[in-house]
Formats: sequence, C-alpha cells, structure tokens
Amino acid sequence: MEMSFPVDMNLPINLFTILDMILLSMLVVVAIAIVRLNNLFSVVMLFGVYSLLAATWFVSLDAVDVAFTEAAVGAGISTVLMLGAMLLTSRRALPTTPLRHWTALLVVTATGVALFYATYDMPMFGDANSPANSYVGLEYMTRTITDISVPNVVTAVLASYRGFDTFGEVVVVLTAGFGVMLILGIDGTKPGSENSEPAGKKEKPAKNSSVASEAIKSPSNHHVVLGVIAKMLIPLIVVYALYVHFHGDYGPGGGFQAGVIFASAVILYSLIFGMAETRRALPPALVRFCSILGVLIYGGLGLVTIIMGGKFLDYNMLDTHDTIHAQHVGILIIELGVLVTVAGVMLSIYYGFAGRYRDLKDQNW
Amino acid sequence: MLDFIVGHFNYWVVIILMMTGLYVVISTGNLVKKLVGLGIFQTSVFQLYISIGKVVEGRPPILEYLPKKYAKETSDYVKSGGDGAIASAESLVKEPVADVKAALDVASDPLMGIVYSNPLPHVLILTAIVVGVATLAVGLALVVRIREAYNSIEEVQINEAEYKQEAGGS
Repeated sequence: MEMSFPVDMNLPINLFTILDMILLSMLVVVAIAIVRLNNLFSVVMLFGVYSLLAATWFVSLDAVDVAFTEAAVGAGISTVLMLGAMLLTSRRALPTTPLRHWTALLVVTATGVALFYATYDMPMFGDANSPANSYVGLEYMTRTITDISVPNVVTAVLASYRGFDTFGEVVVVLTAGFGVMLILGIDGTKPGSENSEPAGKKEKPAKNSSVASEAIKSPSNHHVVLGVIAKMLIPLIVVYALYVHFHGDYGPGGGFQAGVIFASAVILYSLIFGMAETRRALPPALVRFCSILGVLIYGGLGLVTIIMGGKFLDYNMLDTHDTIHAQHVGILIIELGVLVTVAGVMLSIYYGFAGRYRDLKDQNW
Repeated sequence: MLDFIVGHFNYWVVIILMMTGLYVVISTGNLVKKLVGLGIFQTSVFQLYISIGKVVEGRPPILEYLPKKYAKETSDYVKSGGDGAIASAESLVKEPVADVKAALDVASDPLMGIVYSNPLPHVLILTAIVVGVATLAVGLALVVRIREAYNSIEEVQINEAEYKQEAGGS
C-alpha cells in the first residue's frame, strides 16, 4: 500500500475507529433531529444529509459501490421525490400526541433492548474469520480472477454470478415504476377525473379538481444564470453517467448508478427549463418504452444463452473459445439493460410526480 | 472490555438508528414523515449488512491488478518461487477455509496477500438501495393520492374524513 498512515491496526482504537465513531455519532444526531422536527421541508433535507453521511460511512467500510449508489439515490433522487411529494401535500406535520409518543417509546425500547442483547452473539467488527466473510464472499473474490477477470468483484458478482438475482431486482424496479404510473397517471399528467376516480370516492374536494395539467407551462425565462450553468453542466453529467457505466468493470460504478445519474441530469433540466420542455425533449412514452426495453435486453440475453445451449444468463455460451471475453460481453449487455431500465423508471416516476404540480409561482417559494 | 466495545459499537449504533426510524414510523401521524422514518430504518439495515462485510485492514473489493496483466504476473510469481499458485487457488476454492487469515498467509494466495472486504453484502445492498427508492416512490405516490382524496396527510384527519363519509353515505 502506497499510502501509509501512522495507524497500528492491532490496537483496539485507531484513527479509523475514531473516524467511524464520529460519522456514526453524526448519523445519530441527524436521525434524532429528524424525529424532533415537524417542518417537513427540514425533515426531507435532513434525510438527504443522513443519506450522504451514510454514504460516507460506507466508504469507510470499503463499500465504495454501495456508497456511490447511496449518494446518487439517497441524497439525490429520493430527496427530489420526497420534496415533490411534500410540495403536493403539506409542509408541516402535526406534533406527536403524548399517547403516541409514549407508546412508540415503549415499543422501541423493548425492541431495542432485545436487539442489544442479540449483539452479544454477533462477530466482532471487521472479523475476517466471521461466517459471513469466510465462505461465499471469499470464494467470489478468488474465483473472479480466473472466471471473469474483472477487477471490480462487486460488478462480477452482481452481473454474472448473481445475474439472476439482479434480473429479479430490475423487474422489481420496473414493477414499482408501473405502480407509480398507475397511481399517478400513466402519461405524467393528471388523468381524466371520471375514469381515474376510485368507485368509493365520489365526493372529491372541489379545491383539488382545479389542479390542471396546463399548470405546467413553460417557466419564466428569467433564470438566465441557472439556464446557462445548467446547459454547461448537463452534458457533463450525462458523460459522467456513461463513464460510470462503462467503467463499472474497473472501478466503482455500473448500470444502477449510471441510470440514476442520467435521470438526475434530466431532472436538473426539467427543474430549470420546465416540464413542458422536458417532455418535448424526452417524451414520457419514450421513457416508458426505455424502462421496459432494459428488462427486455436483460431477459433477452438470458434467452439467447438458452438458445445457444446453455442455461439462463450463462454468458460462457456467447463465446465458447474465450469464456472470459464472453463474460465481459455478457456483463456489458446486462449492465446496459440495467442502465436503460433504471433511468427509464426513475424518469417515469419523476414525470408522474411532476405532472401533478399545481401552478407554482416563484414568489410562493 | 475495550475490545468488546469497539467490536460491537457499529451494531449498537445501527440498532439506535433502526429504533429511531421505528419510533418515527409509530409516533408520527404524518404520512410523509412516516416514510422518512421508514427510510431511516431501511438505511440502518443497509449499514448492518455492510458493517458485517467489513474486514479489518481490508480494501474495497476491487482487485489490485488488471486481468490482462494477471497471466504474466502469475507466471512471474510462480517462477519466483510461489510454486503452484494456481493449483492451490483451486484448492482454496473447493474446500471451505476454516482459518482465512492463515489461508491468506499462504504464499500461493490467488489474492496475492491483499486483504479485501467481503463483496457479497455490497452486491445485495447496492441493488436493495435502488429497489428501495422505487418502492419509496410508490409510497409517496399513494400519499399524494390520499391527499387528493382526503385533503390531508395526517392520519387523524384522514380517519375523521373517513368516518364522516361513512356517516353521510349510509
């Protein structure tokens, strides 16, 4: 290791432990602040901070891929979605009643004490010989060298060894995207009131029926500075997403992260130039098609390998003479499927929420 | 004693965070804040998994050498005295290793003596995070629809509206 820290790893407390403890204390402080606040805007923003701190701790725990995803998803997309939902609902929460407070405290204390008791059986932090670290994980590390020869073992396991699992996850993401589209309207606009209303809810507050899809007019064009900066930033974000995608074999990254980063570039565009412009650039139908296309690419590759005589997602069939090359091609294709689906679903979800915005004037912010 | 505290500190903090999330889910009646609490709970589960996969002195599970260079390096390695590097790599794969530390000390180690953290929890959690935001979006979409139907996202007020509707309908 080139870097050398004045750290004696044999001592129970070293610099890394202290760093971990600082990060964990900050996590606890932020979590408790979230509990105590009733202003939803602060709660949502603190949740973004919480995600970012969690991502930092993940880096300290060597989980660079996870940290990347948490930073992009937790501090990025989910904060955007929460802010969107908050804007559509309300900005303040009612304070907790004493009864609920004490009930919750009782439940939480009892559960917490039981869990604390259970930690006595847990392996020590960082134990290389713990069951979790001894068998499968180590086997993946050693096998990847000869089977797949991709430096990033996380990508190798995600896309090849456990490719079937990942296929399932991608389908779950797509299903969740469908769920949001069905709940909020499939075109990202408010559906017609007759068809979309559930049978039981005939009496709808009149106030909300005035929420019109024309509300999404092109925004005022006085955000000149934002517009110029965004036009410079957006191509860079997209290029970065592609870098993260294609470099996922060699460093932290891959289809999941790249899809989210790509979606965030489009979201930035829509925040500054308005939803109408965004819909013109990337029609909701195209986005919807992409989210399905990715799953089709992924599943299609599985079918191709079956047709070629192997099992589902058995990449070795793609090039029987050079299985390592075949693995690389397979990983690249399914990561592409993941990228397309994740980006498509994230944007569909965003369109779903953004299509419901009431006309929000600048002075109301 | 200090060993024990440092070795379990991560679990304790994860439990505290988990219980904080649970507290928010139970105590607040506001649906958006409830989802934030659920998010804290979810993240704490991620942290539990990742902290179990950590190995002391480990590195991120990204192999230190490029695959193309690997063949040459290994042959050099074998020539320089690390006999049967590949053979023992295979034996390491086939038999479950009881003492990993000892196994890594063996000169013919396929990981070349570098300690990496466990990649498996990372894979599980990486996909779980993306699935998590997708399901969070479904929850938020439901909250938005509830707001449109009941004009509130507070449990108490939703219940009141529901009772009124039932009374008026019958």
